[in-house]
Formats: sequence, C-alpha cells, structure tokens
Amino acid sequence: MSILINKDTRLIVQGITGSAGTFHARGCRDYGTQVVGGVTPGKGGTQVDQIPVFDTVGQAVQATEANATMIFVPAAFAADAILEAADAGIALIVAITEGIPVLDMARVKTRLAASNWIGRLVGPNGPGLITPGECKIGIMPGYIHKAGAVGVISRSGTLTYEAVWQLTQLGIGQSTVIGIGGDPINGSSFVDLLALFEKDPQTEAVLILGEIGGRQEDDAAEYFKKNMSKPMAAFIAGQTAPPGRRMGHAGAIIEGASGTAAEKMKNLERAGIRVAGSPESLGDTVASMLSKKSTASK
Amino acid sequence: MKLHEYQAKTVLQQAGVPVPQGVALLKKEDLPAVLKKLPAGPWVVKAQVHTGGRGKAGGILRAGTAAEIETAAATLFGKKLVTHQTGPDGVIIQKLYIEQAMTVQKELYAACAIDRARGCPVLMLSTEGGMDIEELARTKPDAIIYEPVDPVAGFPAYRARSAAARLGLQGAALNSVAGVISGLAKAFLAWDAALLEINPLGLSADGKAIAMDAKMSLDDSALFRHPDALAWRDLAEENPLDVRASEAGVNYIALSGTIGCLVNGAGLAMATMDLIKFHGGEPANFLDVGGGANTQQVTEAFRIILSDTKVKGVLVNIFGGIMKCDVIANGIVAAAKDVGMKVPLVVRLEGTNVEEGRRILKDSGLKLTAAPNLTEAAEKIVAATR
Repeated sequence: MSILINKDTRLIVQGITGSAGTFHARGCRDYGTQVVGGVTPGKGGTQVDQIPVFDTVGQAVQATEANATMIFVPAAFAADAILEAADAGIALIVAITEGIPVLDMARVKTRLAASNWIGRLVGPNGPGLITPGECKIGIMPGYIHKAGAVGVISRSGTLTYEAVWQLTQLGIGQSTVIGIGGDPINGSSFVDLLALFEKDPQTEAVLILGEIGGRQEDDAAEYFKKNMSKPMAAFIAGQTAPPGRRMGHAGAIIEGASGTAAEKMKNLERAGIRVAGSPESLGDTVASMLSKKSTASK
Repeated sequence: MKLHEYQAKTVLQQAGVPVPQGVALLKKEDLPAVLKKLPAGPWVVKAQVHTGGRGKAGGILRAGTAAEIETAAATLFGKKLVTHQTGPDGVIIQKLYIEQAMTVQKELYAACAIDRARGCPVLMLSTEGGMDIEELARTKPDAIIYEPVDPVAGFPAYRARSAAARLGLQGAALNSVAGVISGLAKAFLAWDAALLEINPLGLSADGKAIAMDAKMSLDDSALFRHPDALAWRDLAEENPLDVRASEAGVNYIALSGTIGCLVNGAGLAMATMDLIKFHGGEPANFLDVGGGANTQQVTEAFRIILSDTKVKGVLVNIFGGIMKCDVIANGIVAAAKDVGMKVPLVVRLEGTNVEEGRRILKDSGLKLTAAPNLTEAAEKIVAATR
C-alpha cells in the first residue's frame, strides 16, 4: 500500500514532445512506471520512444485507460491542460510546470470545485510524487528512494531529495513521497495529504518539509493534533529569510509579520510534532521519532 | 513586480475608481513643463518609491504655490528615505508625483489580495483607513470585512453594494464606495495583480469616494500577458545585483552576512542559509541556480555572489537530481577559474553521478574543500570564514 500511486497506475504525459516532457517520460518509464501515452495537440498519431502520442487527453484516455497525468505544458497553457485532464476524467493530475499565473490557478480551483470531477491535483511547481519501487510520476532521481513506511510531503524539490536521501542512508524507507509545489495556490495541501497518509496502512510516520509563507503548516499542526494517530516530524526552511522578499518559490514570502518560520515551528511543536532545527538532522529526527514509537509500543 | 503610486492610480482610474488629479515628475528637468500641466492647488508632492511608510519618513510634502512645489521637489529629489520597510540603507528618491491635495471627511480602507487558504482573491474593507492593515488586523480584527472574489465570474455589483452597506455607509457614500469596490476587483483581475491597496480611501462630506493613495504589485508569472505593465518596470528601484541575477535566470537575494551560498532549488537554498546560521555563521545571500543551470549561469552566479564585498567564503550545496553532479562540477571548476576565487570555497555535492563530480573537483587543482554532508559543509565554511 501507499497513497495515490502504485504499480497499477497508468500514466500519460501532457507535453510529451517537449524536451522536458520526453526526458521525464523516459525517466518515469525507466523507473518502472506504466507510461501508456502522451498528449501534444497536433502531434497525434506519432510516437515518442514507442509511447503513442494523442491530440487530446480525451483520446488518450479512451485508447489507454490512463488514470494519471503528468503535465509539462508551458506555464501560459498549463491551466487549460489541467482542466482538460479533469474533463477527461483523469483521477490524478500532477502538474510539474513552474510559473503558472496565480489567478490561473485560482480559476482552475474554482472550476474544478464547480465541476463533478472527483480526483486530486498535485502541484504545480513541484517535483511530483513517487511510491518507491512501484511508480514514479515526476522529475526526482528515483535511486535515492527506498520502499518503506515513512510518508513525506514537501513544498520543495531538492530539499525533498535531501530529506529522502538522509532517510535512505539511515535505512528508513518511504511509503510515498510527494512534492506539493512552491506556489501560493496549489492543488493539494499538507492537510489533504496527511489525511491520506493517516488512512494508509503502510505508512507508520510522516515527515513534512514546509517553508516560509502562508499558513499551510499551521493548518497541518492543527490537523495533526485533532486527527492523527501516526507520529509526525517537520522542518521549516527559511528561518533566516528576510520579510517581504520572495525566496525563489512564488509562495515563499513572509508577508508582514505572518508566515515566518519561527511562528510555524512553534505551532508545530505545540501540536506535538517533532521539529528539526537544521536541515542536516531531517533523517535523525525521523529516526529518533520511530525508535521512540517502537519503544512505546513494547 | 511593484508599481509606483502614479502607475497604480492610472490603473484604478481606468477601472472607474476616482483618483485626485496629478502629474508624475519623472526627472528634475521636467519640472517647468509639469508645473504648466498641474490642476488647481494646493498640492501634495509625493516621493515615488517601492516601499511603504513614506509619509512618516518625510517623503510627502505639501505645497500651496508653484515656488513651494519647486522647493519640495528640490528637497525630495535625491533624498535618502529611510522607512520601517527599507532597512537602515533606505532608498533614494528618483521620481515624484504631484497631485491636488484633497480634503476629506473620512478615511476608509479597501484592498484586494490573494487568499491562499481560499485559493482565490479576497477584498479587505474597513472604515478604519489610514492605518497599516496588519496593525488593524492585530488591534481591531472585527473592523475588517473580507469578501472572496470569484476569479472566473468576477465580483458582482450587488455584492459591492452589500459590502458597502456592511461598512455602515448610506446614501451617496454607499453607491460611491460600492463603485470603488467594483473597480478594485475588476482592476485586480484584469491586471493579474498580487496586491492592490487603496489606503486611505477618502470620503468627502457629500459622500464622494476618492483613492488618495494606492499601492499595487503584479504577479511576476503573469507579466507575459501584460506588455503594457512591463514597460512600467522601474529598474532604478531594484537592487542592481537582483537585476543582474534575474537576467542570468538565477534567483538571488542579498542578505547581511559573510558566507555566500550557491544552491540548486529554492527550498534547499533556504535550508542551506538556515544550516549556516545553525552553525554560528551568517549567510550573505540566497541563491538558487535552478534545476537546469548551465556553466554560464553557474559562472554568473559566482560573480554575483563575489561582487558582494562582505563575502568571506562561499558554500556550494548541490543535490543533483536532473542536474547531474559531473555537469555542475565542471561548471564550478570553470566558474572558479574564470572569476579567480580569492576566498575559501567549500563544496558539498550529492546525487546523480556524484562520484564523477567529486573526481572532477579533486582533479581540478582548485583550492577547495569538499564536504561529504551538510554538517561538515557548514562546519568547514564557518571555520574558514572566522
């Protein structure tokens, strides 16, 4: 078990004929993901690495029974690509594209909420997600992962790799690792995914990697306190970030006095979540949490 | 991208929001021509800077005659303005806006911003204008009305009227403020704004609303569809190193410490700054070279970091995913040779093709310290810059 994706997931790639789309479609397939098709309007009927290309998501779904999509469509057209996938009934939409206008995402959320689509949007502006050993939908290096019982949710890309690598080096495997993206408005929040990890029998503990800006981490703290039985650890990037400056990610900004790392760390700790003070101790923090848990259960 | 007040007021006026008549004075030499175009006085002469708190810092002067405008302009042009938002270095005033001074009976507050939790824009309205909204949210949270805006359908006029009614307005004031609220939402959506704030929103004795000050910033990701807004970008207001970095396609933010950082990925870049601090050092900058950086970008990134004279050492922290470690190692070697590194360099490489990357660094003949993990990287750079 895992959340959202496993060895049965059937993936299409929107924007498969672009350089990033082609490269990562291959990367996912090499990892073992069933990449059943791709979509590029006007390129239908061609192939990319023996993967059939379709003009529309609807055609791709009809021909391949795909149930997940990975979007590399350029930012100006990405919102439309997300809506097209939802309209075609794709249950899991993973948007990798960076730099989608914020109001485009607001419109996507409004339209999806008003539609009868039942599914999940992950991203945009994130690395995607992976269930180690089964399925990779995203741009992360597969080999740093190890199958296991820790769920990881992150607002960042390379910081997630760092955390996963530390876990793997300590022999701690991961159930599913998800990057929710660095934009101010995104498809899935920490809370949305914590709910899935709480229900997943394989997942025994969760690590979240947050950053400055917004109050998603505070919501996660509150959710943890009220609803979660599994132990949780966290790290917040940007303890030294100055207010009012966007730190690379569109969503990573301290607005006025809110969204600071200190405030988030305090709220997480107060809720009973273990907070790593430094990025070098991500793995150790999870390890000590797990050993405490196993001692407690004896 | 931040706009100046005079630009924001143009946007508001186009959306049907009344603003005082005024003329922008973009260069000292234009003053005689601008004086001829001015509306009737008295006037206010306002510094156009990308920072808040300008009034309290002496950036707004009143003038009753043309001679007083000249004196005010002479005082303000080139003046260093230090506000609570600028830090001690302040900003230099390079542009002015001269507008008709307004007498109003009441000052309200109206703004539109992105509400992350709701995933849509939200209007924030209050009868307590003239104050800092954060201060107001802290001291009188009940004095602010929040109205979510449907980003697809827009904000209907009847909801603007009912919001004005909730503010306790009646008669001419109700209709006039409702018009402002509608215009605010319309302009926010049409321009892909990140923030549009009218503070204060003046209300005259006969119930006419007028936007006395305006602050606006646009979503950088949406600028591609607003060429008219791009023409308004004021590079003179931006940090020259930030501009250089954005031209090179890297994200750079100058900080006050002594340890330069070069990292791939925004989250890891922030975490690396935190790591340095945790080990007793102070980061000199945030720098994310991005996921697909090439040798030229890495070289330019090194140049930008080293042009900060406070930098006593540089920490490179790369977790290669798609970006392979051997490629980045070649970039580091080329860049370090090109810029002539004179300060200690600590490199931590991990990820795809890491062995090859480490070998390239070792064989390069460069004076650098390799670190196998974050802890050692931090300890070594902090020790080297003490």
